[in-house]
Amino acid sequence: METLKDKILSSYVAFENNMNINSAVHDIRSKALENFEKLGFPTKKLEAWKYTSLNSLLKNDYSLFPDRGRSIELADVKKYFIHDIDTYKVVFIDGKYSSFLSETTHDNFDVCLMSSALTKPKYKAIIENYFNKAAKQDNLTSLNTAFASEGAYIYIPKNIEVQKPIQIINFTTGSEAATMIQPRNLIVVEDNAHVQIIERHQSLTTNEVLSNVVTEVFAARNATIDYYKIQNDELNASLVDNTYIKQETNSEVAVHTFSFGGNITRNNLNFFQNGEHINSILKGITIIEGKQHVDHHTLVHHIEPNCESHQDYKGIFNERSTGVFNGKVVVEKEAQKTNAYQQNNNVLISDKATINAKPQLEIFADDVRCSHGCTIGQLDDDALFYMQQRGISEKQGRGLLMFAFANTVLESVRIPEVKSRITKLIANKLNVNIGFEV
Amino acid sequence: MLKIQNLHAEIEEKAILKGLNLSVNAGEVHAIMGPNGAGKSTLANIIAGKEEYEVTQGSIELNNEDLNELAPEERAHAGVFLSFQYPVEIPGVSVTNFIKTAINETRKAKGLEDMPAKDMLKKIREKSELLEIDRKFLSRSLNEGFSGGEKKRNEIFQMAMLEPKLAILDETDSGLDIDALKVVANGVNKLKSKDNAVILITHYQRLLDYIVPDYVHVLHDGKIVKTGDASLAKELEAKGYDWIKKELV
Repeated sequence: METLKDKILSSYVAFENNMNINSAVHDIRSKALENFEKLGFPTKKLEAWKYTSLNSLLKNDYSLFPDRGRSIELADVKKYFIHDIDTYKVVFIDGKYSSFLSETTHDNFDVCLMSSALTKPKYKAIIENYFNKAAKQDNLTSLNTAFASEGAYIYIPKNIEVQKPIQIINFTTGSEAATMIQPRNLIVVEDNAHVQIIERHQSLTTNEVLSNVVTEVFAARNATIDYYKIQNDELNASLVDNTYIKQETNSEVAVHTFSFGGNITRNNLNFFQNGEHINSILKGITIIEGKQHVDHHTLVHHIEPNCESHQDYKGIFNERSTGVFNGKVVVEKEAQKTNAYQQNNNVLISDKATINAKPQLEIFADDVRCSHGCTIGQLDDDALFYMQQRGISEKQGRGLLMFAFANTVLESVRIPEVKSRITKLIANKLNVNIGFEV
Repeated sequence: MLKIQNLHAEIEEKAILKGLNLSVNAGEVHAIMGPNGAGKSTLANIIAGKEEYEVTQGSIELNNEDLNELAPEERAHAGVFLSFQYPVEIPGVSVTNFIKTAINETRKAKGLEDMPAKDMLKKIREKSELLEIDRKFLSRSLNEGFSGGEKKRNEIFQMAMLEPKLAILDETDSGLDIDALKVVANGVNKLKSKDNAVILITHYQRLLDYIVPDYVHVLHDGKIVKTGDASLAKELEAKGYDWIKKELV
């Protein structure tokens, strides 16, 4: 039987037919395909994939270049947008751009499409400088690179503060077959510029979906980027999110990842600090149940002195759900005065739930502050009794305690509408009434 | 109002209460005193319904309703309030949000709608003024990083908000300086009425200078061994507990 890997490799010729094969980008793609051919899909034999198996997903007969399925009415998908504020939107349906649902711009800065950026001469210099320059050459990133053709392209020149958040949303409609998509995003933020981004992947089908996403983010000097990933997909949709962030001196990048939905979710979040006085912030809330699986693999690479990183991941695992947190911090010899903080706290609600937590610190400098803490526990019975004594039911009390446990991560969310949306998602997920505004 | 008869209770097979009797009527203030380990806090926790304690004999009734059959939140809905000796810290939930949730959950249990936001705010303002609580304090996470005195004041603030029928104050005076003690005592005195009752559990007589009890009970080895009026507390303060133990022999 033809494996998914074979199918992907043999589909490449058809893919190339629609591409300009005499381009630097296509050379990168071809190299990436060779790399994927050599590496194949990750297996549990790889240390980085010890606790996450993709086997159950690789059995599906995915449509690799899905035709656009049924058309989408805005009314049906409005709920997946942050719609109570004005935003730019780059929306894709089955990997293809939807101009109807999008709101892009070229005024002062570019919020548009990767397909344009990869082919039009005016973007050539940026693509040459940045495309595939931060991404690692591992198996799934290589697979994405080989087929990289569409996604969001965001370019913010010097000194521009983008006033409206940008939403990147990938819908899948694959009503006739399982669907695999390879979105590729590139975000370049120049000196002193600022942008806020919200990313979401949403299946609208009962068929299986596998999204293998690569996002490269470049933050130049003094740039600030606020990035929110909302992962609340259907239970038949899986996601591998490969995000590579390269930061220059004095920049600050914060990524919040909210993982509530989906079947198997793997987040590979990588920060490379290429300068001094850089701040990298990685936060996450995971609340899952059933047989859901969420894996956070983070990497912060401290290369130069006087930089900071702050990681705070909270997880609540119910029923047979499984979680992984692998937080790797590398502090190079030159990176003196590094302040690296990592916290990972988990609550297991059920006896059958599992979390595999692993802090991984590789420190080669001697004058640094690196702290890490990891807890795995149950809810505090004394706190629960205290709440019940005040008239709060056990069920509501448990919900409120879990909410409070996760809530500390929300404090650093800077878009109020995102904060209130996430609060509502958490309340729904925990089946608790939050009878107050947070 | 509260009627406890021949109450026996144990924790992890160790008997703590050994045939305790106590009757409290509406409008009364009772003080329960006694040496460490006599079972004072156990009694408070058992009335409130803490699960670790097992009632092996006897009954606890509130207005003729058997409390033993009720979950802790149902006892709260019936009007039982316990001011904890060690209030629990709950990071991530503000004092205001917590008390709103508590009040509305209690109203829901009684088939009432949520309290209108305007009324809630008015009540919070009134009761925080009564206890001289700074508004900023109300937006902090519940008990997190509070001083001992702030925690106790916050307990009485919650009591003022919930307006219980029976308030049990477990060592509310411990950790309070004299000024805070006066504020808390003044709050409790203002909340007293002919329709509610207060049980003060205390090791020292100090609190009773400010909240004058109608009855003072001495709890020793799981039983009430002596009952008197406010003067008994003064006598205990002067003479300690040993003379009572000797009397028993």
